[in-house]
Amino acid sequence: MIIASTLTTNLAILVLAGFIGFVVISKVPNTLHTPLMSGTNAIHGIVLLGGLLIVGLSGNGTFNKIILVIAIAFGTINVVGGFLVTDRMLEMFKVKPKPPAAAGKGKGEDDGKGKAS
Amino acid sequence: MIGAPLATSFLQDRSFLDVLYIIAFGLFIQGLRGLSGPTTAVRGNRIAAVGMTIAVIATLLNANEGNWGLIVLGVALGTAVGVPAARQVKMTAMPQMVALFNGVGGGAVFLISWSEFRLTHGFSFTATYITIFSLFAAIVGSVSFWGSNIAFGKLQEIIPGRPISFGSSQQIVNLVLLILALAAGVDIAGGSHSESIFIGMLICAALLGNAVVLPIGGADMPVVISMLNAFTGLSAAATGIALNNPALIVAGMIVGASGSILTNLMATAMNRSIPAIIAGGFGGGGAVEGASGAGEHAGTVRSTSAADAAIQLAYANRVVVVPGYGMAVAQAQHAVRELTKALEKRQVEVSYAIHPVAGRMPGHMNVLLAEADVPYDQLREMDDANPEFSRTDVALVIGANDVTNPAAKNTPSSPIYGMPILEVADSHSVIVIKRSMNPGFAGIENELYYDPKTTMLFGDAKSAVSEITAELAQI
Repeated sequence: MIIASTLTTNLAILVLAGFIGFVVISKVPNTLHTPLMSGTNAIHGIVLLGGLLIVGLSGNGTFNKIILVIAIAFGTINVVGGFLVTDRMLEMFKVKPKPPAAAGKGKGEDDGKGKAS
Repeated sequence: MIGAPLATSFLQDRSFLDVLYIIAFGLFIQGLRGLSGPTTAVRGNRIAAVGMTIAVIATLLNANEGNWGLIVLGVALGTAVGVPAARQVKMTAMPQMVALFNGVGGGAVFLISWSEFRLTHGFSFTATYITIFSLFAAIVGSVSFWGSNIAFGKLQEIIPGRPISFGSSQQIVNLVLLILALAAGVDIAGGSHSESIFIGMLICAALLGNAVVLPIGGADMPVVISMLNAFTGLSAAATGIALNNPALIVAGMIVGASGSILTNLMATAMNRSIPAIIAGGFGGGGAVEGASGAGEHAGTVRSTSAADAAIQLAYANRVVVVPGYGMAVAQAQHAVRELTKALEKRQVEVSYAIHPVAGRMPGHMNVLLAEADVPYDQLREMDDANPEFSRTDVALVIGANDVTNPAAKNTPSSPIYGMPILEVADSHSVIVIKRSMNPGFAGIENELYYDPKTTMLFGDAKSAVSEITAELAQI
């Protein structure tokens, strides 16, 4: 009984997360797709938690320890590297002050597209 | 140990832990919402990072005390590799970086499944559904790990970018590997506790990852990378169910959704079905040559010089730059920005038209141009750019090929027929900067180059663009 309810709860979370993910990600413009990919790289680094949870149970066995340390290291690479590189990229997309001549033209063009952001 | 006197039962209470996980995934979703625009994106990414920090701390509060050494070792190793990589990677190498990050994510997933298997003595006394999700995670994680490593190798040019395959037997090989991996999984779920079968399953999945990505050509990389991204996310979500961890389920599933959306977008932008891309290669090579035999092009190619190109650009009112992978390879984005700055000084209106699959991953061109300080509002997506070509004086194509090929619209026999393209041929004139007349990745002749409106400037994108800028200064 308890097991079944855990499963159904988790499946419900899974399905709802899928729909939310679909809605949220659909709003990301093409321009930001590379940062989106590196950002989601960072987020799937959350498997790190799996490593952290299991390492507490691992007890003995050198091989167990080795694969878990590798798993934790991999997860950390994802989390730390992913967020850092995404931050680096997104800083480049920040709107910078433009030279006046270009700004005038840019504005006119922008009106049609402004709604995107 | 974290605050030993405070580490009361409340901090280790499952409900409290779950609340922290819920806060964490709430922050992930809020963070990703920030990515809907460049002004909110930096903050969004940081919000997601805060969510991750909360999730990790919550987990550490519950980690077994005896293993802090291992945790610190793993985190230190990961930080030592991840931080310098993230700081130093060139923007042109982002596709490789993302492939590698997909890979390590998948690697972590299958290693975690493996240790679950070992710790439970082959999933003894484990609910069957947990076993099944754990096995799913192991298979998909392993496919993603090896597939991503091959993708990385191709992008880094350690492995040849051209398709490598077993020819017509490729699909059979893939299918056999998949069936073997699944059969091993079924055997384990059915109560066999044999570790050799588990390892056999991992090996079959590993071979499958190799076999699926090796036959895929460079131009299809945006699809492959997105697909591997989805795989890693889904395998993480499966691990979340196996470990009964809501943060993992939500985060993994959102990444899975993201990867799936991108895969679909990329495949649509190439007018190709995902199965066709996975099946590998670009149609039959023979058919391609037949469709675009040399005799079909009555026109000749006209080449131009940097000086002539500079004059043409200087007296234009409106110039649209069409960047492609060639710009990335030549690291020409800064040179391009210098050129367009010089043009803007002459009151030429400049914008950039970006095809969704230009480059090697979704959004690749946008990142390069952002790095070179191109204002965001000058970047046009394909649907916005196409109607504007007819009032464009010069379309400057830099290292883009197939995405500009009018054959996609005009020649039903062409393998890329039906693929949405940037309609540069509608502009008053076209300048193409290209290294040689070699056809693109798809091996298809580009009719655009024979168009009387088109002139070709042969050379490396970076030096060609710099020469034009230098000539422009003399006018």
